[in-house]
Amino acid sequence: MDFKTIKKKAQTDWINLTTADNFWVRVGYGTSGYAAGAKEIFEYFTEKTKAMDNVKVDLVGSLGLSFAEPLVDITKEDGVRVFYNNVDIDIATKIFNDHIKNNDIAKEFVFGQICNDSEKAIIGFAELDKIEPLVHTKRIATKNCGNISPTNIMQYIANGGYEALFKALNQLTPEKTLEEVKSSGLRGRGGAAFPTGVKWSFLAGSDSKTKYILCNCEEGDPGAFNDKGILENDPHMLIEGLILSGYATGASNGHVFIREGHEIPIESARKAIKDAYEIGFLGENIMDTGFNFDVEVSLTGDSYVAGEETALMEAIEGKRAMPRFKPPFPAAFGLWGKPSNINNVKTLAYIPSIINNGSSEFKKLGSGNSTGTAIICLSGHIKRPGMYEIEMGMTISELLKNVGGGSSSINDIKLLQTGGPLGGILGASDFNIKIDFDEMAKAGAILGSGGIIVGDTSTDVVDLVRNLIAFNQFESCGKCFPCRLGNTHMLDILERICMSIPNDKDLDVMARIGNSMKTGSLCGHGQLGYNPISSALKYFKDEFDEAVKVSSQPSPRVSGKMILPTRTRP
Amino acid sequence: MVELKMPQKEVIIKVIKNQPSKTHTVLSSLLAVSNEFHYIPKNSIQLIAEYTKKTVNDVWGVASFYTNFRFTPPGKSTLDVCWGPSCHLMGAQKLLKDVHKLLGINKEGETDDGKITLRYSTCLGACAHAPVCAIDHKLFGKTSINEIKDRINDI
Repeated sequence: MDFKTIKKKAQTDWINLTTADNFWVRVGYGTSGYAAGAKEIFEYFTEKTKAMDNVKVDLVGSLGLSFAEPLVDITKEDGVRVFYNNVDIDIATKIFNDHIKNNDIAKEFVFGQICNDSEKAIIGFAELDKIEPLVHTKRIATKNCGNISPTNIMQYIANGGYEALFKALNQLTPEKTLEEVKSSGLRGRGGAAFPTGVKWSFLAGSDSKTKYILCNCEEGDPGAFNDKGILENDPHMLIEGLILSGYATGASNGHVFIREGHEIPIESARKAIKDAYEIGFLGENIMDTGFNFDVEVSLTGDSYVAGEETALMEAIEGKRAMPRFKPPFPAAFGLWGKPSNINNVKTLAYIPSIINNGSSEFKKLGSGNSTGTAIICLSGHIKRPGMYEIEMGMTISELLKNVGGGSSSINDIKLLQTGGPLGGILGASDFNIKIDFDEMAKAGAILGSGGIIVGDTSTDVVDLVRNLIAFNQFESCGKCFPCRLGNTHMLDILERICMSIPNDKDLDVMARIGNSMKTGSLCGHGQLGYNPISSALKYFKDEFDEAVKVSSQPSPRVSGKMILPTRTRP
Repeated sequence: MVELKMPQKEVIIKVIKNQPSKTHTVLSSLLAVSNEFHYIPKNSIQLIAEYTKKTVNDVWGVASFYTNFRFTPPGKSTLDVCWGPSCHLMGAQKLLKDVHKLLGINKEGETDDGKITLRYSTCLGACAHAPVCAIDHKLFGKTSINEIKDRINDI
C-alpha cells in the first residue's frame, strides 16, 4: 500500500472513532498515569463495557496534567471530549452509570472539555485548552500526547504522522532536509544545547557506509520525565524524527537507548518500531524510495553516567558505561568505531514538525538563540505538577504562576532545582529570568533536560544540596578519581554539616575539591559536580554560613543522617 | 546459609539466546538473565562469557558496574523507594525511616522472613507524584506509609 492510501484509511478510521455514534473512552496513561492508578481505571472500564459494542476504551498518552491524574475523557459523535479528573473506582462507577449507560454526563466530577469547534461546546464546563495551565502551553513535539493511543500507528498517521517523512523522501534531498533543520535553529534538548543541524552535518560529512544515529532516552535525571513522556505517549513522533535524521545524515542504523526497568517506554518503543517495520516505514526501501534505515531498542542497566554520549556507546557495546576520551569525537569514531551522532528524544521529536511546517514556522517561536519550545517537567512543592510544553522566553515566574499554579503549600516558593542533579539551584530573586538556554546558563542554573523541582520556604537548602551530592556520588562511574573521590569527600563534609559537626574550613575545602573535579574529570558528571553547591552558595550563602558555624547545640532544622544506598561501584 | 540452587545450564542458555534485541552483548545478556531469574546466578557468568566470546573477567566487570544486578535471589517481592531530589523534597527520608520500622531492617536488603527486598531507587520516573514507590515494578505515587503497609499485606 502506498502512503496516500494508508493515510486515507487512517483518517476514515479516525473520523469514525471520534465522531461516530459511540463512546470513545480515553484513559491517560504513561508512567505518570500509571503511578496515579490509571491502569485500574482502564481495566474497570474495559471490564464493564466488554459486552457493549458501542463503547471503545483505549489507554492514551498523558496530557501532561499529572495533578489531575487519573484523567479520563469520553468523546461522542459531536467530537467534544468531556474530561473527568482524579478518577478513582467510585467516580468511575458513577461515570459508567451516568455517562455511558444513560448518556447523561456525570456533572459533579467533570474537569472540563476540549472541542475543536467552540460552537459545539457544552455550556457550563470549562474549555481546558482555553484556561490555565493549557492555555499557556504551545504543543509541538507533544501535540499528540493524550490524544492518541501510543500503540496505534494508524491514529498517529491520521493526525499528520509520517507526513514529514513522506515529504522529505519524495520532495527534499538529504542536503535540503539537513538545511531545514539547521535553519530552524533547533538546539539539542538533552542539556548541552548544541545546534542540532550543525551536529548532524558532522555526521553527514563522513563517507563511511555504516553510520549510527543514537537516540538517548536514558534520562536518569530525577525531576525530568519528558523523554520517557514522549516515548510512552507518542513514540512514533520520535521514530519519525529518528528516520528523518537518518535520511538527512545518510545514517544506516538507529538505536533507541532506554534504561532497563522503565517498562512502559520500553514496550511502547518496541511496539512502535515493530509497527513501523510492518507498514514499511523502516527497513529496506522505505516508502518505495530506495532509502534504507534500521532501528532497534538498546537497554542499559542502572547507571546515570550511561546518559553521557560516549558512555552511552560503551553501554550499547555491552561494556561498563564509562566515558571515553575525546577526541576522537563520536562523529569520527563512535559506536563500534563507526561515525555516530547522539540526539535527545525531545530534539528528535521536533523534527517532523520542522520538516512539515518549515523551519520558518519553528523559528517564529522562542527567544533569541533559543528557538521553539521547551518541554518542562514540574515537580516538588507546586500546585500543578506535570509535563508542559511552553514557548521559550516565558519567564520563570510566569511558568510557576500561570502553568504551575504557584506553591502547593501555604509557604511561598523559595527555590528551584533545575537541569538535574548536576544543574543548579535558582533562588527566588532570579525568577524574572527567561526560560532559554543562554539566560538560564547566565544565572548559573542550566535548563538542561527541562526538569524543574520546586522547593517552598520550608526547604532546607543545605539538606537539598546534600541530597544532590549524594546522588552524584552514588552515580559517579568511578573512572576519573577527582569525580569519584571528590563527590565522596564532599558528601562526607555535607553529612557532617547536616549533623551539626561542621568545621570552619568546610566551604573552602569543598570549593577546592570542586575545582579539581572541574579540571580533572572526563565528562560532565565530574566537571559539573560542584554546580549544586556553587549555585546554592550564590543565593543562600547565609544559610551555609549559619550551618558551618561551630556550635555545641545541634541545629533544629537538621533532619539527621540521610538514608542512602550503600552499594557503590567497585 | 542455605545452599543456592542455581538454574540449569540449558535454561540459562535458552534465555541468553532468546534476547529481544538484535544486538547481543555482555550487557544485554546479563539483562536478559536478570529479567528471567531476578538475579545473576553464578553459573550464568561463564555461559555469557562463552556466548559473547569475552572473558569471565569482562562479564564480572560489567555485572558489578550496573547497580540493578544482584547475585543472590531477592525476596518474594521487591519494594523500591525513591530517594531522588523530587521525592526528597516531598518527604522521602521520613518515608524511608518509616519503611525501616515497618520492615524491621535498617538498610537495603531482605527482611528476615525473606518476604520483601527493600531497594532505594534514584528515580522511578513519576516525579510529579512524589514520593514514588514501587512494589514489583508496580508504581504508585503520593505514597504514605499506610499505603505501603496495605499493599504489602495484599501481596
